[in-house]
Amino acid sequence: MNVLLSWMQEFAPITGEPEEIAKTMTELGMVVESIQTVGASWDGIIVAKVLALAPHPEADRIQLVSVDTGSTELHAAGEAGDDSLQICCGAFNMAVGDLVPLATLGTTMPGGMEIARRKLRGQWSNGMICSGPELEIAGEVDADGILVLPSDLVVGTPLVEALGASTDIMFDLDIEGNRPDALSMIGVVRDLAAKQGVPFSVPERSVPTGDSVASERASVTIDAPDLCKRFGFRVLDNVTIGESPAWMAQRLTAAGMRPINSIVDISNYVMLELGQPNHTYDLAKVADGVLSVRMGREGETITTLDDVERSITESDGVIANAADEPIGLAGVMGGASTEIGEDTTSVLLEAAIWDRMIIAKTVRRLNLRSEASTRYERGVDPEGVQRGLDRFCQLAIEICGATVSSGTIVVDGNLEVTPPVRTRLTKINHLLGTDLTIEQVVGYLDPIGYTSSPSEDGVLSVHIPSWRPDSSIEEDIVEEVGRHHGYEKSGKRVPRPAQNGELTPNQLGRRRIRRAFLGAGYSEAMPMPFLAPDDLLRAGLADEGITLSNPLVAEESVLRTSLLPGLLKAVAYNQSHRNAGVQLYELGRIYLGSDQELPDEQEWVAAIRADADAVCATQLLDQTTATLTLRDVSLRNAERAGLHPTRSAEVVFRGRVLGEVGEIDPRVLEAYEIEGRVAWLQLNTAPILSALSNAPKYKKVSRFPSSDLDLAFVVDDKVSAKDVSRNLVKAGGQLVRSVKLFDVFRGEQVGEGKRSLAYAIRLQAADHTLEDDEVSAARQAMIDAVAKFHKGELR
Amino acid sequence: MIDQLRTDAAAVIAGLGDVTNLDVLGEVEREAFGKTGFLSGAKKGIGALAPEDRKDAGRAINEIRGEVEAAIAARRTVLKDAALIVQFEAERLDLTEIPSSDAAVGHAHIVTQAWEELEDVFVGMGFRIAEGPEVETDWYNFDALNIPPSHPARDGFDTLYVNHGEPGKTLLRTHTSPVQIRTMLDQEPPIYTVAPGRVFRRDTADATHMPVFHQLEGLVIDRNISLADLAGTIEAFAEAYFGPGFSSRLRPNHFPFTEPSAEYDIQRPDGSWLELGGCGMVHPNVLRAGGIDPEEYSGFAFGFGIDRLALMKFGVEDLRELFTNDVRFLSQF
Repeated sequence: MNVLLSWMQEFAPITGEPEEIAKTMTELGMVVESIQTVGASWDGIIVAKVLALAPHPEADRIQLVSVDTGSTELHAAGEAGDDSLQICCGAFNMAVGDLVPLATLGTTMPGGMEIARRKLRGQWSNGMICSGPELEIAGEVDADGILVLPSDLVVGTPLVEALGASTDIMFDLDIEGNRPDALSMIGVVRDLAAKQGVPFSVPERSVPTGDSVASERASVTIDAPDLCKRFGFRVLDNVTIGESPAWMAQRLTAAGMRPINSIVDISNYVMLELGQPNHTYDLAKVADGVLSVRMGREGETITTLDDVERSITESDGVIANAADEPIGLAGVMGGASTEIGEDTTSVLLEAAIWDRMIIAKTVRRLNLRSEASTRYERGVDPEGVQRGLDRFCQLAIEICGATVSSGTIVVDGNLEVTPPVRTRLTKINHLLGTDLTIEQVVGYLDPIGYTSSPSEDGVLSVHIPSWRPDSSIEEDIVEEVGRHHGYEKSGKRVPRPAQNGELTPNQLGRRRIRRAFLGAGYSEAMPMPFLAPDDLLRAGLADEGITLSNPLVAEESVLRTSLLPGLLKAVAYNQSHRNAGVQLYELGRIYLGSDQELPDEQEWVAAIRADADAVCATQLLDQTTATLTLRDVSLRNAERAGLHPTRSAEVVFRGRVLGEVGEIDPRVLEAYEIEGRVAWLQLNTAPILSALSNAPKYKKVSRFPSSDLDLAFVVDDKVSAKDVSRNLVKAGGQLVRSVKLFDVFRGEQVGEGKRSLAYAIRLQAADHTLEDDEVSAARQAMIDAVAKFHKGELR
Repeated sequence: MIDQLRTDAAAVIAGLGDVTNLDVLGEVEREAFGKTGFLSGAKKGIGALAPEDRKDAGRAINEIRGEVEAAIAARRTVLKDAALIVQFEAERLDLTEIPSSDAAVGHAHIVTQAWEELEDVFVGMGFRIAEGPEVETDWYNFDALNIPPSHPARDGFDTLYVNHGEPGKTLLRTHTSPVQIRTMLDQEPPIYTVAPGRVFRRDTADATHMPVFHQLEGLVIDRNISLADLAGTIEAFAEAYFGPGFSSRLRPNHFPFTEPSAEYDIQRPDGSWLELGGCGMVHPNVLRAGGIDPEEYSGFAFGFGIDRLALMKFGVEDLRELFTNDVRFLSQF
């Protein structure tokens, strides 16, 4: 919302430097995004009279304009003598005798251009005749041509003076949804005046009326009282449509609206000033002046003012004519069939109050937003209808020579009135942390329309102003008091919780898991949790992802059921950018279908490494589980979806599957356009976190000497090395400290289909130095066990 | 005897200068102090002396022995030092020519770095960390937060709905505020928690928007909590996270779930302002939805984006960088 200082000053004697005023508005919650000086750059632009027009001898698109500037001094700059000045001009819309704005030599135009004497194809130009846009007071009528000025101006006077325009300060405000009143000059200045402690009032506009009576000219019925809270109209005749006066055009332009013609401009002016959107119908095009307001019907259409044919549904509000055909989309945009045209003389002027939600729905459905709908969506003051109509009529009489019919027709639908709100002083002081008195509170509330009467001791009955539809409870009143008292006056106090701040065991555990992967050299990736429809299938996974019902794009339409697709994409991306051998991990949530109210959300951690095989993945598992001191983690060779069928395993932890480890299936890699082998590890964090919440149990470190054995066995290829070592541990009993596979050998010496597994074994007793016979007994037990369970022979 | 001994000892000491090798020095030492060495012989000779002379002789022998030992030790030090010099020269390495290690280094994502740092700051202020599901019901995400069914934020324009259960009831949370409700329903006041988390909006990715991003939400519910407590907490956080010299201010704003509502800005030591997020006193309807009596307790809530803080800290300009997973980005931090 752009507000102008001069405009606001029509309602209250606002004082202060623009920066100060801006600060005050910001502190009131109307945040000033920028401050601009407008209309300031007309210095050097004067009123000039066209004396003669002649074609340029060398150029078709330029004509030579001879002007009187009223100053022989200025004329002296040119060659034409003391009576006139020659200007080259590219526009042809002026006639001899017209008054035009002339930028004299040395002028800096509003757009920054410097006006200098120059030659165009051999002819001197001693200034520039200006168009509306060049003066930043664009009007549609003369957008391509020179701004032809009213004929009663005095030649030679500065344009600023001649047009009664002046410099102004424009504040660009960011207005929140709860402040529909601040989408108008009066709403902003009411707040500002209250804060500055200066009087605020909106002048009554007297509207002299003619002989015609409005109620005899038109009528309205409300068939949808929930849609239309109030519908008011007046009738105007003898309307002459032309250009708006410059002061109005300038204000509208500064406020960010393009001047169109006098009727449209008055309509916008009233809306900006008072916050009351309004609409004009060409009364001649409204059969019998009959209007009705109802909800739309499926299958209906309307061509709106922007010449677009739009469908109507049952959720839209419409204004219909005598034939029950829609002629307007309530609160959003009028219809083309009753549009004001050049030949319009009689106007039906509407100012209504519409239901906020119905308007919002239509706006969203049609993606059609207007200045009017923006105000209606937030709530327009129902008590401002009459004022809006009157202000329009008064301006139309002044500018368009209109005659206004007597009477205003106002029909009400279901107009809600917010009851007074019981407000306790204790509540105000409690929530604001203040020590205000009833008098102070009343002093803050009264000027902004929250008038009140004391109902009991320390309690006010506060009337909610009709322009604040957001206010309805005690806390809303507290906010108003807080705004006008100043939030900063509440002070700052740091509450001291009785509890200690701490992370939960799970939160601590999650950090340990992250550090374990970082420590193993894996950087943290953050893929999006959304997938494209075929991402899961391409990753070799079941196509069971939960879908979004309204995705913005198909690539983000499925929720991941595994961390695999996201990390595969990350590897592919890096590979395609020549980042070889990346090592990435992610800790994040996956979403699985469930019969509960919400999907089954699980947290997993996964690691991926490009150009690496299942050996790397298994070693990463060993390393990270060792870092986390997780005991009882084992592997079970198994086929896993998306993984290499003969190079993958389930990770088993305390008897349950914790996740998977291995290599990505080459078919999946092909689908994701990844080259080389890719190592993969994915674990559910829940069992890990629950294990981490218990500190590992201390095992006493033996101070007695240990004894090392190396044993190599020839076993069948199919025998799992892990099983052999597990049996070695079991057979060695209490004395076994560690069993490590240090060599695997296949070859003629051990025979076809067999291999040699060499283990380094350390034996140690907790409480004594090992005796030789203890060591040899353990050795024999281990040899026997491998022979018995695996038919393995000692090499 | 003692004189002979002195002569022998002097000879040994004098001979040490010719010993250039630690092994030889060891032999010399063994000869001098061994069973057949001259000192052993002298010790045996003491028995042959008159009892009154034995004491002096013993003292003299020990003295001579000490002199020899000291001389050998000194020679050993010299020889060792010389040997080390030779060794050091032989082992000389130019450390500037060592190729860098191939071992990859893991880098934490900057969002996680900021997230954990923020958690730590709030833990230091006595807060605990709350969590909640990313897929939520519309009740937790909207209704309970005083956002009525007809509110525009609830239509499919901004919010991503999920095909699960009753249509239009399940969604990807649009803010971390549902965690407020879950926390209030889970525990009795006083409540001092922050909830960092991942949130979702139906947005097209650009330099400042992502459909997925991260927020931190703070919630305090206690007796006699006022706007002053909110302002004080924001200020304490600003100092703890950004550093000394940072301050804050509140200015009125509007949110459905707080009343009064405010926006808060952080002022840098150079006087410039950073708009950080929204806050306010928890709306009585929200307290009631959380099972808390607004007449007994009051509270405040505040929230801000984690990603933006992460970007600012490292001078990253484009939000999308956070999600490219390019190692050239990840490994910088």
